[in-house]
Amino acid sequence: MPTLILSAGMAQAATIEVTIEKMAFSPAEIAAKIGDTIEWVNKDTFVHTASVKGGWDVQLPVKKSGSVVVDKAGTLDYYCRFHPNMKGRIIVAP
Amino acid sequence: MHVRLLATVAALGLAGSLSLATAADKPSDPQIAHIAYTAGAIDVEAAKQAIAKSKNKEVVAFAESMLRDHEAVKQQALDLVKKLNVTPEDNATSQALSKAATAERDKLSGLEGAAFDKAYVDNEVAYHKQVNSALEGLLIPSAQNAELKGLLETGLKLFQGHQQHAEHVAAALK
Ligand SMILES: [Cu+2]
Repeated sequence: MPTLILSAGMAQAATIEVTIEKMAFSPAEIAAKIGDTIEWVNKDTFVHTASVKGGWDVQLPVKKSGSVVVDKAGTLDYYCRFHPNMKGRIIVAP
Repeated sequence: MHVRLLATVAALGLAGSLSLATAADKPSDPQIAHIAYTAGAIDVEAAKQAIAKSKNKEVVAFAESMLRDHEAVKQQALDLVKKLNVTPEDNATSQALSKAATAERDKLSGLEGAAFDKAYVDNEVAYHKQVNSALEGLLIPSAQNAELKGLLETGLKLFQGHQQHAEHVAAALK
């Protein structure tokens, strides 16, 4: 059944990259689908985190990256625990 | 006038006074580099004191992040002055900052336990506020070199982050 194969192929999870540079997440807001991987690449000389209150906490050492797989639909606001003025948002579609 | 302003700065523990400087007091790039370096070094010393004295896990973790970030900025500043071939120049603002910081460190050294933690974190909030207003109101607008200005702008975002982080820790201590 070619249709099924095609839709399975389309549903393949993507990796979405967010860069951290000069104390900011860029892009600050991204759209994702359940199963996608969000990868943060820290280009700063400061240690950052991508953290959700009461949720995940991704450590992002200097010049390193870290990732998370989004498994629920909804809007996720995250921030850096060390620099709470750094904020980002992931809108996860089902 | 200048002397009186500085005396007031020292007496108030610097509260907001750095932003009082007028256009006539506009610091030069070598002076700005010195002020930025001094401001970072002061917070490094404060962090070291807190790491040595505090028994509160959250306060120590906060101090460790201050130490780490300010060391990183210090390195960036040193690399930049080397690249630009600028010799940081000591000045009245740097001296007033250092003097106020020494007084604060002496005050904190006499405190223990929860009293120390509260005083350290409260001072971190106040200190970052002062540095931020100096960066916004005086240092960034005065900087001539684009790279120096860029470093100060990133520094402002970093310090604003530290201020919020310190506010979170202060709220958790209550
Ligand atoms: Cu951060």
